[in-house]
Amino acid sequence: MADLAFTLKPQARSEIGESRLLRFALIILAISFLTVVLLLPLIIVFSEALRKGAEVFFKAFTEPDTRAALRLTLLVAVIAVPFNMVFGVAASWAVTKFNFKGKSLLLTLIDLPFSISPVISGLVYVLLFGAQGWLGPWLKLHNIEIIFAVPGIVLATVFVTFPFVARELIPLMQAQGTAEEEAALTLGASGWHTFAHVTLPNIKWALLYGVLLCNARAMGEFGAVSVVSGHIRGLTTTLPLQIEILYNEYNFTAAFAVATLLAGLALFTLILKSLLEWRFADELAAANRP
Amino acid sequence: MSNSIPRRGLLVAVAATALFTSLGVSSAFADKTLLNVSYDPTRELYKAINEAFAADWKAKHNGEVVTVNQSHGGSGKQARAVIDGLKADVVTLALAGDIDAIATKGKLLPEDWAKRLPHNSVPYSSTIVFVVKKGNPKGIKDWGDLTQAGLQVITPNPKTSGGARWNYLAAWAWASKANGGDEAKVKEFIADLYRNVPVLDTGARGSTTTFAERGIGDVLISWESDAFLALDEFGADKFEIVVPSLSINAETPVAVVDENAKANGNEEIAKAYLEFLYTPEVQKLAAHQHYRPSDPSAADPADLAKLPKVELVNIDDAFGGWKKAQATHFADGAIFDQIYKPTN
Amino acid sequence: MALSSLFHAKAFRQPSVLPGFGLTLGFVVTALSLVVLLPLAALMLKAFSIGPAAFFAIATDARVLAALRLSFGAAFIAALVNAVFGLLVAWVLVRYDFPGKRIIDAVVDLPFALPTAVAGIALSAIYAPNGVIGALAGLFGLKLAYTPLGVVLALIFIGLPFVVRTVQPVLEEVERDIEEVSALLGASRLRTIFQVVLPNVYPALITGVALAFARGVGEYGSVIFIAGNIPRVSEIAPLLIVIKLEEFDYAGATVIATVMLLISFALLFIINALQAWQRKRFGNG
Repeated sequence: MADLAFTLKPQARSEIGESRLLRFALIILAISFLTVVLLLPLIIVFSEALRKGAEVFFKAFTEPDTRAALRLTLLVAVIAVPFNMVFGVAASWAVTKFNFKGKSLLLTLIDLPFSISPVISGLVYVLLFGAQGWLGPWLKLHNIEIIFAVPGIVLATVFVTFPFVARELIPLMQAQGTAEEEAALTLGASGWHTFAHVTLPNIKWALLYGVLLCNARAMGEFGAVSVVSGHIRGLTTTLPLQIEILYNEYNFTAAFAVATLLAGLALFTLILKSLLEWRFADELAAANRP
Repeated sequence: MSNSIPRRGLLVAVAATALFTSLGVSSAFADKTLLNVSYDPTRELYKAINEAFAADWKAKHNGEVVTVNQSHGGSGKQARAVIDGLKADVVTLALAGDIDAIATKGKLLPEDWAKRLPHNSVPYSSTIVFVVKKGNPKGIKDWGDLTQAGLQVITPNPKTSGGARWNYLAAWAWASKANGGDEAKVKEFIADLYRNVPVLDTGARGSTTTFAERGIGDVLISWESDAFLALDEFGADKFEIVVPSLSINAETPVAVVDENAKANGNEEIAKAYLEFLYTPEVQKLAAHQHYRPSDPSAADPADLAKLPKVELVNIDDAFGGWKKAQATHFADGAIFDQIYKPTN
Repeated sequence: MALSSLFHAKAFRQPSVLPGFGLTLGFVVTALSLVVLLPLAALMLKAFSIGPAAFFAIATDARVLAALRLSFGAAFIAALVNAVFGLLVAWVLVRYDFPGKRIIDAVVDLPFALPTAVAGIALSAIYAPNGVIGALAGLFGLKLAYTPLGVVLALIFIGLPFVVRTVQPVLEEVERDIEEVSALLGASRLRTIFQVVLPNVYPALITGVALAFARGVGEYGSVIFIAGNIPRVSEIAPLLIVIKLEEFDYAGATVIATVMLLISFALLFIINALQAWQRKRFGNG
């Protein structure tokens, strides 16, 4: 594996690159923008979390309610993310490999959860499953708890993160077209075989990416979950809700300490992605220039 | 097709519920659990009370362990959650109007719930005071000082915060007395007051943070109990409390949610829990956390000394009860909304 | 339910040798119906239950209109800022190498992972008069937090990753060869970028910007900490929904929600349809 480093393609190629000055200016501009918009909030989160020292910082994670919130958050993600992954792959296959009437409508419906206020994404489930909702009396009769219990939190999370994987895959698969799959099928490969050996390798980075984003958002969702959670400490609070609880108790250090966990998640998943990219760099390079 | 979709959804829901129940996502260790749905500022209070109650119950019931689960949030939001199916055994909210809503809209307890416990089901109460910067640089002494030009007042949105409603009503009560009940003048005062508010947070704790952490505003209108807590948290060397000449008796009532307690098999323990709130032990605890106890006799005199004597009006006497106050002041298009009508 | 009847009729799609159409579309439509359409149908039915006159009265109330204007306006401005800077960031991340690139790349996802409330708290700490940038702006007599400008700032934060992450993979796919050809044929670098490279990216860019915009319109958690929430000035539409809920006015809340939903749906639909039309006209990719 040591020779991998040599197979990395050179990043900038002079004959088609920008002038050194322009490149430098663009990088500085991009970094300045990101510093103000993204890095500063991140710095605030970490500096607030560490304001009272490492001991207080780590103590925040030993609190039983926080641990329970972490467990619940992981459970919700474990259910919501795979579901949305399967949905995303199926949706992008249907949308990009075929032409059919109503495609724009379908695409728009897939995007819709992005545009719905988190306040509403929670509310719709209350309207459906709440005690005053459509199915409320039936659920009560059969003693099924959805709202203010884990199933409601899962549903709201699935709703909010619904389009993430699909949205990541669709532009890419659109750009790639259908020629490679058609060739494989012509050569006698089965449908599944074609998908697994032709399509999947082409989209695996975007898919991984979509899953990572979906996961990050699923763990970080606040508004919708807040409506359906009931906020019972140690039972139905997810990490973001636990952060709110801590913040409202003026326990700013612990609140931001827990927030670093979620911020760290974003960083960690991206580092993971970078490692994978580095590990499979030659394969990736090969895929980039067929 | 249209029929099969909801049915399939339910199947999924049933399967999911079964899965979660079997995973045991609950604190099933305790012999008994009780759910107390409360409003925001009572977190610290109930943390202490629940411990005391568990010990008391254990001693009186051959070692039976009871865990009281807590849920906190804006009072109105919490009431709505209970109406929508949050299985609270007891509610301990910021104002009677919210428990009334659970009775009328949720039909989960009788509408005369307030008569079931002493003092109109109010075991402890609070009032509304000001928090200003140390040394009171703007010389704020009473409600009348809050409308001076250029002053910034921090108070949450009465639409989303129960505490903010008490703030508003306290201001109204003072202005009503100061203007001899001339409603036009009172309205003018209230409008002037809210014109000085640059940030309407959605909750009382949010307002405190805006004032103390973000450094916005010259005066914070706050629950008395929260004002003391803010001094503890943000530094008594930076802020001080100013008590106005007149304020409101902010009654924070409690009730058993009968239907839920019955369904959970918690009727006895829920009732015992609320009665426990009236014991000298809890009354002392409440006074220690800067609430005004309904029975001050057991409280530590040092704690009581911190709660100054102030003329308090009652919601029933001054405003004709919550139902009327809500309709007159806070309903859609009522007096509070009119403040923000453009004046053309 | 028009959608579900679609996959029984074979005629509505163009023939293709690829398999899996029925399976994938069937699953997609089912999941979509259960997770998205059924709840939204409940929402709209509730909203329309109060009758058209009452619906119209709520939807055109001056305060509601002011809130909608703020939510859509701020989201639009934020999306425009993100269009420019998101494209720039994606370009720099894909095309250039510089120290700290990995970290920068990782930070872009932060707004997805950070709970919106935490984002709002952090942003208000930065832009409040006693914050780093708030104090700086104060020197120029500019107020950021607790004004409509604060709403825009929060929405820039919330929307940025949508733009960067939709553009990035497509930009990575753009074949360098055509740039070489363009350069060999004598086109200037700028001309190559704007006429050869970027047209490949535009569909993704427009999608990303539309998503950032749509997301911004409904954003609540981060905005309420920095907006000020003064009626008619810095009060966003989702806050009005919450206020209606506090008044136990579920119907009123769903009316505002439905109006927002319909506008967002129309905008997204137009953008998706335009793109489909463009693809048909100019061929795939």
